[in-house]
Amino acid sequence: MIRSLPRSKRYTISYNLFIALYFVFLFAPLAVTCVLAFNNSDFPSLPWQGFTLDWFTSPGPARVGIFHDEENLRSIWVSFQTAFWVSILSVIVGTCAAFLFEQEEFPFKNALYFLMLAPLVIPGVILGISILLAANTAGTFVEDATGIDVSFLRPSFWLVVLGQFSFITTFVALVVSARLRKFDRTLEEAAMNLGATRLETIRLITLRYLRPAIIGAGAVAFLMSFENFNTTLFLVGSKPTLPINLYLQVRDGSTPVINAISFLLIVGTSCLALVNLFFNKKNA
Amino acid sequence: MNASRAAFRLFLIPVLLWLFLLIVLPHIDLLIMSLRGKNELREPVWTLQNYMNFFTEPIYWLTFVRTAIYSILTTAITLVIGLPTAFYIAKVGRARMQGFFMILLLLPFWVSELVRVYGWMILLRESGVLNFFLLKLGILHRPVEMLYNDATMIMGLVYTSMLFMVVPLVSAMDSLDDGLIEAACDLGANKLVIWRDIIIPHCKPGIASGCIVVFMLSLGNYLTPNLMGGKNSLWFTEQIYNQFIASFNWNQGSAFGFLLLALSSLIIWAGLKVTGQKLGEAAS
Repeated sequence: MIRSLPRSKRYTISYNLFIALYFVFLFAPLAVTCVLAFNNSDFPSLPWQGFTLDWFTSPGPARVGIFHDEENLRSIWVSFQTAFWVSILSVIVGTCAAFLFEQEEFPFKNALYFLMLAPLVIPGVILGISILLAANTAGTFVEDATGIDVSFLRPSFWLVVLGQFSFITTFVALVVSARLRKFDRTLEEAAMNLGATRLETIRLITLRYLRPAIIGAGAVAFLMSFENFNTTLFLVGSKPTLPINLYLQVRDGSTPVINAISFLLIVGTSCLALVNLFFNKKNA
Repeated sequence: MNASRAAFRLFLIPVLLWLFLLIVLPHIDLLIMSLRGKNELREPVWTLQNYMNFFTEPIYWLTFVRTAIYSILTTAITLVIGLPTAFYIAKVGRARMQGFFMILLLLPFWVSELVRVYGWMILLRESGVLNFFLLKLGILHRPVEMLYNDATMIMGLVYTSMLFMVVPLVSAMDSLDDGLIEAACDLGANKLVIWRDIIIPHCKPGIASGCIVVFMLSLGNYLTPNLMGGKNSLWFTEQIYNQFIASFNWNQGSAFGFLLLALSSLIIWAGLKVTGQKLGEAAS
């Protein structure tokens, strides 16, 4: 049944077959998407009509490749900016939360910790609508009180950043906490005995130790933000992120340009994930 | 001492701002919004009308029940496929291959959900790749639309949430001592008994956290039901979206949102209760 026990031939073969099928199931949609990005046809479907790079490089007008597709390029850029700000903000606040819950004692600590875990179990759609409502309430309130229209409280770039930040920070805090828990606190005590203040100690000793976890969490935050759909859907303004823009195109029919974008996304995220994995292994 | 108070505040303030401004206040706003409405004179009043609509209009509560049942079904199917897969990776396949299998398992899930759903769409639709091969092989005589039905939608949901089941199961099975299975086998237990009395009880925490995450992701999913289930998908998140974006009835949408939040919290609470876990343990 397991490695160390004798197994019947039929058991081994059928089990291996099951696993092979499982991985085919897992990779089939991605493989098909990638292959059809290079098909010389106006529709993302078979038959195979020869290899082409049109869907990447063609300048139009009949076929517009992704490198000349203004709208999609703009949404990729918006996604990059969003993911950049979300990962910066969530790494800062998530690290603060890790220190707060691992190293400090204060009243209502457990209640606050429970609250921090809440975003894990709130569906993304709900988070999106409640932040939309709260921002709208706050915006109306400010406008009534002062007459100033605060533009980022309406669906906009910064509201998307806030919405994604609100749940990605929890993941960052969990990853950084896990590493902080393994930290030998006598190192901090030694530094403080030698005259360093608490903040100096954190900056010079603890943050150095946490660096791999912080970088890893930042990369995960970047990816989570880049591909987020559910929360973003309700907060997006006139500048759609890539997943939203792709959704609108897929819903209204598809061209192989979507395959080309998907291909780039698959290659890009795989590289980022592999680099992240490699770093984790080195620091484990 | 003063410096350490300063450090404490430095950690506490951003965390409090994050949790209160982006988690607590928006959800209070969601609840308030769901209890507001207009009377006959079109003045804003407190009312339970939004909740009454939900119970009196069959389409609403039927969609709600349908979403809940299909999410449970998705969770069950994911568990049934996930258990043997995780067992293979942890115990049956070559030990050296384990890291490689884990990377293979993770890679598709780093790619945006939209890309994965799009891959399934070009595989399964009427002019899709699968139909092309089935026609070529003579199994079908005319193309069949395989998208836009409940079975495909469930398959899509299973695919999307697979990872969140398999990874906790693999780590739970990793910690199971091979000796226990060997001993049971020596004493004459068959596979069924070993699964029932040794493996399943040992993996309970992993099963619980996997099921909770998969259930929550399915319940809150919008993309997969919308794109793979088509017009008849009748998923509750779509009702919320329609109320917010299409009908612009934010009060009604908030009531729906709150109901969905209540359902997911209830099921997660029940799941943790049954398996005797805490949210913090299940999360990590």
